[in-house]
Amino acid sequence: MSAAAQRLPPKRRLSWRQVSTEAQLLLVGIPLLLWTMIPVYHLFLFAISPKDTATSGKLWPDHPTLQNFSIVFHEHHFYLNHFWLQMWNSLLIAVAVAVLTLFIATFAAFAISRLKLPGGRTVMNLALFTYFIPAAFLAVPMYKTMSVYGLLNSQWSLILAMVTIASPYCIWVLKQASDKLPWELDEAARIDGASPLQLFRLVYLPLMVPSLVAVGTYALLLAWNEYLYAFLLLSKDTDITLAVALCNFLSADDSPWELLMATGFIYALPPAAIYYAFKRYMVSGLTAGAVKS
Amino acid sequence: MTAETLAAMPTARPRAKRARNTWVFWGRAMVLPYVAVFLVFVLFPVCYGLWLARHPSSYDKLFDDPIFFRTAVNTLIFIVVAINLKMMVALGLSGFFVQKRWWISVLAVIFIIPWAVPSIPTILSVRFMLNPEWGGINSLIFRLTGVDGPNWLNDPTLALSFSMLMHVWKSLPFWTLILVAGRLAIPGEQYEAASVDGASRWQKFRYITWPAMRSLYLTSTILSMIWTLGDFNSVYLLTGGGPADLTHVLATLGIRYLRLDQVDLAMAAIVVSLPLILPLVFFMMKRLSK
Repeated sequence: MSAAAQRLPPKRRLSWRQVSTEAQLLLVGIPLLLWTMIPVYHLFLFAISPKDTATSGKLWPDHPTLQNFSIVFHEHHFYLNHFWLQMWNSLLIAVAVAVLTLFIATFAAFAISRLKLPGGRTVMNLALFTYFIPAAFLAVPMYKTMSVYGLLNSQWSLILAMVTIASPYCIWVLKQASDKLPWELDEAARIDGASPLQLFRLVYLPLMVPSLVAVGTYALLLAWNEYLYAFLLLSKDTDITLAVALCNFLSADDSPWELLMATGFIYALPPAAIYYAFKRYMVSGLTAGAVKS
Repeated sequence: MTAETLAAMPTARPRAKRARNTWVFWGRAMVLPYVAVFLVFVLFPVCYGLWLARHPSSYDKLFDDPIFFRTAVNTLIFIVVAINLKMMVALGLSGFFVQKRWWISVLAVIFIIPWAVPSIPTILSVRFMLNPEWGGINSLIFRLTGVDGPNWLNDPTLALSFSMLMHVWKSLPFWTLILVAGRLAIPGEQYEAASVDGASRWQKFRYITWPAMRSLYLTSTILSMIWTLGDFNSVYLLTGGGPADLTHVLATLGIRYLRLDQVDLAMAAIVVSLPLILPLVFFMMKRLSK
């Protein structure tokens, strides 16, 4: 008791300087929290509000409900007729893009960085150039090209377009990571008579796992989140992804906002979960390159 | 034994050569998928696009379109105002997030949400918030003052400002994260030494933080400019380019021309903007290919 009483005073005696520092930090932190959360909270609020009170402007609905989610899951609305199919499309396309990008980018990074392929630098520069073309600028020519190839309205067009957009950055990140692996490993493997494929499979891949996770997640999320290319390249209701389906709600003035927000909430959850689950890899893998320069 | 060695001798050299050939062969084979993707889905579309924009008359039509001029101005405003605002705030916030407090660590996790979630639901959420009749903001204004709030997205200046804010909201966490990493790379002893010498907070920033971060800040700003040129969603999903096509940026203009079935104009607009973009691209390539 007395010991506690003795310990208290020094804690209480915060200097003015400390108090003002804490106050200044809070003065940044509280507006920052509001700024970050308002659009997200608004989305959530709509998703759990009954139809008639969704627009009342209250900060918490009188009767929060999960009804909207139930309507979405049972596809009980004109806009939601193909909800599950569109969810599946989004998933299928995102996974296909991630797998294809991983294949292409890992092979390319290995050839450039470890096999020291003549002309590898040129390939790297081509990839970097592609990375720096703003995606929206490539959209119109890509659309015309896909129609030349006869791929328009096929999900392959979206998959291939997203692989094109995702792979340059992945190659670059993987090449940066590959360059850091000790060269002695390759020499030892070569002396032991390893073939290039054995070197790739037994030495290279196991060491690259963290970067591969980062890059695969990047490609997966990029494809899942994509709207512009999806909306240009696909048109049938049974082909489109959830992202396009969400924006189709806007085609009418009286669209059911609470259902749109509930669908949007469902659509946003998987990528957010994946992002937070792999945040460690994402942050170290993807910021390392940027910080280096 | 010796006979065997002797017999093996003449073939040793060709075998080494063949081995090197195998490595080159596999190198080429492994880089081939990407080269194929590049040729088929980058080089061909770019050339095809340039070919579509080959007629001088397309450029005459483009320059006669008042929307194009407006779009160019909007894009410049977007890049100059939104990017600089975003990067300066990110630089300031990076100083906030390196402070060691338990609640700042929690806030850092929440702060990433805009970057971690897809942009479409949140942009649509803001769009509804700004709806003049039922939106949350105007409902609140009406409840507090009894006066109807403004029609936010029907005013070109306000609508473009909200698009910029939307863009900042979405990408601020990413750049803050990058700059936090940059700040954490500065050795702490430098600040301690400066404190001993009685340096003010501004002096510490001016003479320690800024010199160490300048290069990263510049790279980030240029990269952000390039990416923002391609930011389609923040404008298209919030304002749709409206009212009266007055809030288009280059990223959305192409889609407008595509809808009007004027693909040559869409490509011409991109060709016209190349002198602005290519220097940025080559600057970044030089930085990153080191």
